[in-house]
Amino acid sequence: MRNSKLASLEEAILRSGLKDGMTISFHHHFRGGDKVVNLVVGKLAEMGFRDLHLAASSLSDVHAPLIEHIKAGVITSISTSGLRGELADAISHGLMEKPVVFRSHGGRGSAIAGGELHIDVAFLGASSCDELGNASGCPRSENAKSICGSLGYALPDAEYADHVVVLTDDLVPYPNVPMSIRASRVESVVVVDSVGDSSKISSGAIRDSKNPRDVLLAKQAAKVILNSGYFKDGFSIQTGTGGASLAVVKYLRESMVGSGVKASFALGGITAHMVKLHQEGLIGKLIDVQSFDKVAAESIASDIAHQEVSAVDYASGQHLGSAVHALDIVILSALEVDSDFNVNVLVGSDGIIRGAVGGHPDTAEDSALSIIVCPLLRGRIPCIVPKVTTLTTPGRSVDVVVTEYGIAVNPARPEIAERLAAAGLNVVDINALCEKAMGMTGRPDPLPFGERVVGIVMDRKGGILDKIRNIEQ
Amino acid sequence: MMFIPGNKPGMMADACIYGPDSIMLDLEDSVTLAEKDAARLLVYHALRSVDFGGVEMVVRINPLNTPYGKKDVEAVVKGGVDVIRMPKTETADEVRELEAEVLKVETELGCPGRTKLMAAIESALGVVNAFDIAKASPRMMGIALGAEDYTANLKTSRTAEGTELQLARQTIVVAARAAGIACFDTVFSNLEDMEGFRREVELVKALGFDGKSIINPRQIEIVNEVFTPSAKDIEKALLVIAAIREARSKGSGVISVNGKMVDRPVVIRAERTIALAVASGILDREEAL
Repeated sequence: MRNSKLASLEEAILRSGLKDGMTISFHHHFRGGDKVVNLVVGKLAEMGFRDLHLAASSLSDVHAPLIEHIKAGVITSISTSGLRGELADAISHGLMEKPVVFRSHGGRGSAIAGGELHIDVAFLGASSCDELGNASGCPRSENAKSICGSLGYALPDAEYADHVVVLTDDLVPYPNVPMSIRASRVESVVVVDSVGDSSKISSGAIRDSKNPRDVLLAKQAAKVILNSGYFKDGFSIQTGTGGASLAVVKYLRESMVGSGVKASFALGGITAHMVKLHQEGLIGKLIDVQSFDKVAAESIASDIAHQEVSAVDYASGQHLGSAVHALDIVILSALEVDSDFNVNVLVGSDGIIRGAVGGHPDTAEDSALSIIVCPLLRGRIPCIVPKVTTLTTPGRSVDVVVTEYGIAVNPARPEIAERLAAAGLNVVDINALCEKAMGMTGRPDPLPFGERVVGIVMDRKGGILDKIRNIEQ
Repeated sequence: MMFIPGNKPGMMADACIYGPDSIMLDLEDSVTLAEKDAARLLVYHALRSVDFGGVEMVVRINPLNTPYGKKDVEAVVKGGVDVIRMPKTETADEVRELEAEVLKVETELGCPGRTKLMAAIESALGVVNAFDIAKASPRMMGIALGAEDYTANLKTSRTAEGTELQLARQTIVVAARAAGIACFDTVFSNLEDMEGFRREVELVKALGFDGKSIINPRQIEIVNEVFTPSAKDIEKALLVIAAIREARSKGSGVISVNGKMVDRPVVIRAERTIALAVASGILDREEAL
């Protein structure tokens, strides 16, 4: 082929014109199995780059090797949706000079599209790619080594970055169609041993829980949906990560089968549960920004009604066409909820970053009904608190909080409280839940926060929602 | 009756959220020898300070002939437990010995007679003595089968069908009914086999048991489903009760529903159905009266 874009990683980097101080980007579709970030940043370090801004759609436990690159000055700033594990711990303790910038998935899409987050070079992993750069998260040959399904979070990077490098572990003959990333947006194609371990996609935050408390919470949340007034033919639904919020679908299914009510579409991170309901004819279409497990990834490869959506078209607050505006019901989890219904999904009650903003604030704000499923306590840690450690989703966009000790409804939605109470559900004041939690655990001592800002949580429109300070040893 | 190990504070703290009829904190088999003292202290404080939502609280103590039994009695009576469950009960004398220990602590506290007792029957001798055990004390509220020890004692092992438990189960039900107290079936430990669990709950309900011991909150729903009377049963029972009232108000000794004579066993069953429906929360007490 005359215009082959094939290159070694080093050649691709040289060809990209990357310079010290520039911004590089990555997607997190392989979640805990990602191999691209560590590989590329390792090569950049070896080539002597300095002062780079790493803008990933999210980072997780596997990215602990970045700590050394941060110490060495290769990476000096980070933008992401989340941080976990050793890297999160080190950053919470003040590893970086510049604060990490946290954006929601929709917020990141908007920021890239609007130019506030300018990407110089995007390094995007793909499970299949031809030598002109048509790339997909679906396997397309017998030699395929990985599968991640949707590449929704990589699409804004591919669209708006100055220079795009696709890394793949399966180079397939042209044309690799249907493609997620178009060849016209790609400058270089790099073949590597592995872009990610697909078996780890559903690790990390996502669990299919048999924990009795999760099951109880999921059943309660399903009852909230059934009696909310939004459970009617043609409704749409999204679930976040976390055992209980994922399991809600399982219990909702029984009522859908019994009542004949069907959903028009399911949005967001798509799971095996959603795929099953779709295949049974209970959910019309699947709009998939991120395939949460292998079943979902395989479904998007073969089912025309299961479609990929970019982060912008999924959840941008500034593009009225984004899918969240058409969403009826979202079920989300939380690390903490406070008595003003504010939610924290990012910073643990110990002050250490251990989560991701994800699509939480986007879907909570734009859906018609947002339900947060959150236990009153996790171990001896209260989760319904007087004030969240870090604000990631403002209380005005949260409608219902489901706990094992009762269901709190935002006073701004009295009609929902009435419907739930009429259905015999245990509707309680959120202050009563908070007091109950405090009564059981005692009031926690204030966290030993320092003076340095280690993280900034952006709102969906590019303003500052909250700041995370360093935690003292 | 949901079993919770007495050394697991996290499980105790929110046990009531699943809606069990009673919670049994265990100081016996689920607690290792090294943790007996710690568990006793924990259970005492849990009884004193955790809000169990008004659920009946039971504690399974260690046998009185171990170094832990009497200390357990003292701690849980002081903690204010509703029912003490004595394990591996074989004779009525053992119940009377426990009763004396309980009374000693209660007298010290100034609340004699507060604590109820139940006995777990877990051996061939216990089954043979079931009726004597059941009526050994006015404090006795129930007897229960402990199948693991019982089958070991019989020199057999447990089967899915429960053939080996047939005699013990029926003996325990008959003994409990003869003594006028409640009876509870043994635990089902395979949490993966929910269908097998349902079959067993249906069996023991048919045999006449009042309830089932459970080891995981996931089992509660099935027990409630099986033991809760159906809408049809409740409707029928309400008709019977209404007919009795009508007959009484007319001074008539003969009761009939839909033209059929109703005799005493039917009335007793109807009253039991209504009581169960009220206890299950599907029938309003007002409606039943």
